[in-house]
Amino acid sequence: MNRPSTQPETTAVTSRAERPPAIEIRGLRKRFGDREVLKGIDLVVERGSILVILGGSGMGKSVLMKHIIGLLQPDAGQVIVDGEDISHMSALELKRVRRKFGMVFQQGALFDSMTNWENVAFPLREHRKDLKGQALDDKVRSLFELFSLKADVQGPRFPSELSGGQRKRVALARAVALEPEIVLYDEPTTGLDPITTDQVDEMILDAKKHLGITSVVISHDIASAFKVADNIAFLYQGLIVDQGHPSKLRHSEHPALKVFLSTWFGKN
Amino acid sequence: MTSSSLPVPAPTPRASPLRIVRELVTAIGQGPLNFIDQAGRLAVFCLSMLFWLPRRPFRWSQLFRHLRDVGFGSLFIVVLTGFFTGMVFGFQTLQGFRRFGAEALVGPATLLTLSRELGPVLTGLMVAGRSGSGMATELGTMRVTEQIDAMATLAVEPMQYLVVPRVLAATFMMPLLTAIFTGCGFLGCYLIGVGREGIDPGVFLYETWLATDPDDFYEGWIKGAFFGVQISLISSYEGFQASGGARGVGEAATRAVVLSSVSILVGTYVLAELLDPLIHSYIHFDALPK
Repeated sequence: MNRPSTQPETTAVTSRAERPPAIEIRGLRKRFGDREVLKGIDLVVERGSILVILGGSGMGKSVLMKHIIGLLQPDAGQVIVDGEDISHMSALELKRVRRKFGMVFQQGALFDSMTNWENVAFPLREHRKDLKGQALDDKVRSLFELFSLKADVQGPRFPSELSGGQRKRVALARAVALEPEIVLYDEPTTGLDPITTDQVDEMILDAKKHLGITSVVISHDIASAFKVADNIAFLYQGLIVDQGHPSKLRHSEHPALKVFLSTWFGKN
Repeated sequence: MTSSSLPVPAPTPRASPLRIVRELVTAIGQGPLNFIDQAGRLAVFCLSMLFWLPRRPFRWSQLFRHLRDVGFGSLFIVVLTGFFTGMVFGFQTLQGFRRFGAEALVGPATLLTLSRELGPVLTGLMVAGRSGSGMATELGTMRVTEQIDAMATLAVEPMQYLVVPRVLAATFMMPLLTAIFTGCGFLGCYLIGVGREGIDPGVFLYETWLATDPDDFYEGWIKGAFFGVQISLISSYEGFQASGGARGVGEAATRAVVLSSVSILVGTYVLAELLDPLIHSYIHFDALPK
């Protein structure tokens, strides 16, 4: 929580000299049966920045995300997190590396057998044995407050009793409970109304501003992508066909990206 | 529109003998290939469970939760089915034994059958139907709603947190439930034999005491423990493999019960062959005086 907030451009320059990028993907390939989903992805995520991976449905965005956190192993290529290649790590090594991550799933993926409080307390109980009783309760409450979750959400209520936006915020509170360096967001605004979508966007920006978190967002929501992203990568048919600052991508000449963006910005 | 402008349908490829043979071989071979594929995945799942079994932290709260779910949750149906199984087994055996004037041996015959075979098998089938389907449904729902993936991303190993306590709970509880089933069954048989058919209670109990050994009970309890491992592993595996929403979860639960039941019925014969020489020949428990 005490990590200082940083500007992405500054971080990118200094981190190259001091520390490796937060995430580096080299030549990532993945095939399921006859279908090659990822055909050689190259991607760099700088520390403290927000990268949005934009693309249509079925283009391999979720598969790419699952490789970044080691839920899937690549057929070829490397996923390098904080200088360590995680693509062929053992289960025990992966467990250690995953402490650096938080992940917010599309539907929240909150444990439905636990209350909202227990969901947020879950990673703390597992990994912060020093936090017990009142200290644990204080920590969980501070996380709820960080994401503007009121007392009624914190009580003995279950995730099924929450709205979509509240569920996403509880999921984010759980994801950042261990103060990860990197948070992955899987379609965070899908199925939400415009006001809740805006709240989720602010939440992603707040996580960067207040906690200095590196974020990777996969989305097909163009408006949200252009609002939160420091960099955008466009995934099309298993390849990153264009990437860069949002202002650069806005004028991309790639035909598929032009068609994709025209659905929001208009044909001209 | 003239007939010349109509789209011409693509010609249907002629079924050559070679193609028919190839499709036939593929169809025949697909079944065994799928079986080998599933068996391999289940073996990897079991090895993964064994890898995480001895590692810290031990999930005591999860273990107690599943001990309660498997043990207390299945208690009522085990008592009920045990009692009526004993009653009907005693009733039918009595009809047969009466022809030889051996009514007094109904007690030992029933107890031997219950303790060595019917107890663990029927208890296993009951637990598979109740707890096995519950495990597959809960884990399957967690899989399709990405809760298992979420747990992994929080650096908590799902195999260690979700599967190991279930396997331990079923392994500990099955022998206990088998003993309860056997006890209730014997009580049901006693009520039929002594209460309804008028066998002298002293003779009934003394003949039972003479004809049974503690090792008869050990065989049933060991079988029960093995069935507990089978039920929990198969059900957890099916839950972890679930995909495709509510329908996928339902199919996983069905497969879990069917496969667990089949594995119990096959396993009981294999275990009988393996345990008989071990328990009744080489190791003789003669703890109780006759």
